[in-house]
Amino acid sequence: MTTSSSPSHWTPAGFEEEALSARFTDLHPALGKRQAIIESARCLYCYDAPCIKACPTSIDIPTFIRRIHDDNLEGAASEILDANILGGSCARVCPTEILCEQSCVRNQGDECQPVLIGLLQRHALDNAKFESHPFTRAAHTGRRVAVVGAGPAGLSCAHRLARFGHDVVIFEAEEKAGGLNEYGIARYKLTDDFAAREVEFLLEIGGIEIRHGQRLGDNLAIAELTREFDSVFLGLGLGTSHSLGLTGEDAPGLMAATDYIKVLRQSSELNVLAVPKHAVVIGAGNTAIDIAVQVKRLGAESVDLVYRRGEAQMSATPHEQDIARANGVMIHTWARPLAIDSNTDGQLSAMQFARTRVEDGRLIDSGETFSLACDGVFTAIGQGFDDASLSDVHAAGMARSGAKIEVDTMLRTSLPGVYAGGDCIARGQDLTVQAVAHGKLAAEAIHHDLMLKVEAA
Amino acid sequence: MTIHTPLNEDNARPAGAGANDAASNDHVASYKADLSINFAGIRSPNPFWLASAPPTDKAYNVVRAFEAGWGGVVWKTLGEDPAAVNVSSRYSAHYGPNGEVSGFNNIELITDRSLEINLREITQVKKDWPDRALIVSLMVPCEEEAWKTILPQVEATGCDGIELNFGCPHGMPERGMGAAVGQVPEYVEKVTRWCKTYSSLPVIVKLTPNITDVRLPAQAALRGGADAVSLINTINSITHLDLDRMVAHPVVGGRSTHGGYCGSAVKPIALNMVSEIARTPETANLPISGIGGISNWEDAAEFIALGAGSVQVCTAAMLHGFRIVEEMKDGLGRWMDSKGYQKIDDFTRAAIPNTTDWKHLDMNYQVIARIDQDKCIGCGRCYIACEDTSHQAIMHLAKDNGTARYEVKDADCVGCNLCEITCPVDNCITMEEQDTGKPYMNWMEDPRNPHRAA
Ligand SMILES: Cc1cc2nc3c(=O)[nH]c(=O)nc-3n(C[C@H](O)[C@H](O)[C@H](O)COP(=O)(O)OP(=O)(O)OC[C@H]3O[C@@H](n4cnc5c(N)ncnc54)[C@H](O)[C@@H]3O)c2cc1C
Ligand SMILES: Cc1cc2nc3c(=O)[nH]c(=O)nc-3n(C[C@H](O)[C@H](O)[C@H](O)COP(=O)(O)O)c2cc1C
Ligand code: SF4
Ligand code: SF4
Ligand code: SF4
Repeated sequence: MTTSSSPSHWTPAGFEEEALSARFTDLHPALGKRQAIIESARCLYCYDAPCIKACPTSIDIPTFIRRIHDDNLEGAASEILDANILGGSCARVCPTEILCEQSCVRNQGDECQPVLIGLLQRHALDNAKFESHPFTRAAHTGRRVAVVGAGPAGLSCAHRLARFGHDVVIFEAEEKAGGLNEYGIARYKLTDDFAAREVEFLLEIGGIEIRHGQRLGDNLAIAELTREFDSVFLGLGLGTSHSLGLTGEDAPGLMAATDYIKVLRQSSELNVLAVPKHAVVIGAGNTAIDIAVQVKRLGAESVDLVYRRGEAQMSATPHEQDIARANGVMIHTWARPLAIDSNTDGQLSAMQFARTRVEDGRLIDSGETFSLACDGVFTAIGQGFDDASLSDVHAAGMARSGAKIEVDTMLRTSLPGVYAGGDCIARGQDLTVQAVAHGKLAAEAIHHDLMLKVEAA
Repeated sequence: MTIHTPLNEDNARPAGAGANDAASNDHVASYKADLSINFAGIRSPNPFWLASAPPTDKAYNVVRAFEAGWGGVVWKTLGEDPAAVNVSSRYSAHYGPNGEVSGFNNIELITDRSLEINLREITQVKKDWPDRALIVSLMVPCEEEAWKTILPQVEATGCDGIELNFGCPHGMPERGMGAAVGQVPEYVEKVTRWCKTYSSLPVIVKLTPNITDVRLPAQAALRGGADAVSLINTINSITHLDLDRMVAHPVVGGRSTHGGYCGSAVKPIALNMVSEIARTPETANLPISGIGGISNWEDAAEFIALGAGSVQVCTAAMLHGFRIVEEMKDGLGRWMDSKGYQKIDDFTRAAIPNTTDWKHLDMNYQVIARIDQDKCIGCGRCYIACEDTSHQAIMHLAKDNGTARYEVKDADCVGCNLCEITCPVDNCITMEEQDTGKPYMNWMEDPRNPHRAA
């Protein structure tokens, strides 16, 4: 089987399924019970703990870690989930090195190493045994809220709204819920069907219905939603990938990294996946690292990652860069794509680059060029908001900040009763945990605004 | 059973050699200090003895212990035949935050082997290891005849002394032995006197800590003619429960009973009891063998500085094996070198003059907590401790970068040490002595004392 998105000149790398799937198990293996006890004892149970402030969802880290140490895993898990209902995926995908763990006091002085907060969070959630869903719904309010997009932002918003007693309908374009947790995160970060199981758990709260195949701007319009629901939350994510702007970008073998990852994540057998022999990745963010490492692990002979600036400017964290290097990815800096070369069959054969440098604060070509022979190029130079989602007349009037949706501090858009969060808004970093935080905050704002109306009525 | 002969020549020293353990180690750069002791007439190449317990249960263990370098052993307590019988499931522990054992609990009795076998093994071991201290622990009923019978048999082994076990807190008291005897000073005195009458060996009286004032049995032992006391035996204890089965550990067929507590958790209690005896004028010259939670050289040095002439170890050996003695000797020797102490006696009782009653403390002395801002990692533990439970003497200030800064309000600090104790960083909070300009004044002289003699 070659997937629709892989070109005909790619073939599976010829590894046994077992060998391949072993390369896509947890990048950071879970802690054992003994390790968790030792690690949790390292937490100082700080007062006014800086790690809490560094978590976008403000999980009470000292409290949950103390509970792990007290062998109260259900208490620990409840504390995490109360702040972050997708705490399980966040524990696996968060770049903790720039969030909670970065601000752990155990980085200071002679303390050597931060508490492994992410792994402890995972330990609590993996091992807590709940007899039933740990949250209950407040008395039914009779209010209905539409959520568009079943990604982390939408799901988090829906769960919080359901807890408040509102009824929620999620409109989702794709076949599966989870957003990038299902379709985008590296396969060795969210393994097996974890994303789906987490959604299933979240829906146990009740009062949330998901309607699939519903795409805003296509078979769904904002006006319809604002008419039928008391409030609307948009968690649309970023639906498009930026292109290089070169001629020949439609050459078979050149594609957006996210498209390939989507296929990879959905594939039940890895040994039938077609892979390039020599891949080039353009970009410097975590998506670039993810595609480079995954393609290498799938069996590509070489993977070259090329970025137009230096290592220090890469948005992938040093930790992520190290992972790439450890996986045999060659990182080239100070080079920008110039042209795409194809062979006589019209297949991709090489990519040409211009060397760059900074002069007077501007990035310019140095005049030198080089070429990398390759049969696959993955672009990972950023995701963009998909305007098609807001193409109906009503939606078109929504205020925007650049391409993204503009919101106030309570995540209200310029349209009355319409809120937005996650990657599709201008605020915050494009991270899973940030999307969860937005969803929660928006639900609180929606609840607040709806209840004000009740009082006023 | 075969008695193992010593494996390496270093240990198989003939009698008289090895007076100083350091000398035997001349191929490694080691310490110069002389660790040998003469405790109530009992000579030992170093002050580290194994306490009467499973590590000294039989020749096999004791020989291994001597091979490992222990200076002496107190053989597992002997009793009259028939020997005691033990239950299955015998130990439990109290754990620290990393799962390390801080306290150890047992419900074992005295030896469960016949007197005859024990005496035979003791005789052989003493013959093979003449330079080591071999003391025999005894517990027989509180009747003169019983002691009169057993003492000559024990003396015939060639052992160096006897230790009277008056401290076993479980099983034995019900039989009129052990702690029950140790809790009644008159019995202690009486039994000690019998021992001095029917034996020429040095007599060490082992004291139970399960008593309000440990000085009383110590004084009774002295009156009875004891050559020394040893303490502490184990403390009555229940470590923890199985909350599903609602039964304490160790579980014996669904039931449990209290045991005896030892290990590092009991060290502070033992240290205090040792110092109480050492600083009471009447017993100040009575040799003390310090026991209770000794796990490393520092613990041993502390017992010695508070009056112990030898130290005994049980739990540390049970948790780590006999080799731990090498670490104890090496650490103690090097520390003595660094302090210029050439022999153990040079620092025995060194801390006694500074151990006093509360009423003699200087009311004018003042320390104040000082936070080293370069070392502080901002955990806030000092703040919340002082704020919630002490004197609200630490300020919680915001730094420009959003993190917190903690500072002591000198005027409010009473110098309690709580913040220093809770701070996770070494030497980050120090207690700084203040120059109050006032002379020494104790409570009896303090005008705030309503009972002050005018
Ligand atoms: C390759 C890749 C790797 C990443 N790795 C990490 C990582 O390791 N750690 C991390 O923290 N973050 C990572 N991120 C970022 C993270 O995945 C996002 O920040 C997060 O998923 C944002 O959540 P969201 O709910 O806003 O959007 P999404 O997860 O994108 O979800 C949006 C949902 O809305 C649906 N939708 C979109 N448009 C419409 C429409 N018009 N009508 C109906 N439904 C619609 C989509 O199908 C989707 O289900 C990664 C992103 C990518 C692309
Ligand atoms: C399992 C066990 C059995 C013991 N048996 C005896 C004994 O038979 N006679 C005795 O005098 N003390 C006995 N003790 C007490 C020890 O000799 C010692 O006084 C006590 O354990 C404190 O020292 P430690 O903290 O180094 O273990 C026993 C202790 C343990 C742990
Ligand atoms: S900062 Fe580190 S040590 Fe302090 S509470 Fe957070 S995880 Fe624990
Ligand atoms: S020494 Fe005691 S009173 Fe002083 S700051 Fe520390 S905790 Fe507070
Ligand atoms: S306890 Fe120590 S490290 Fe923590 S804030 Fe106080 S002074 Fe700083």
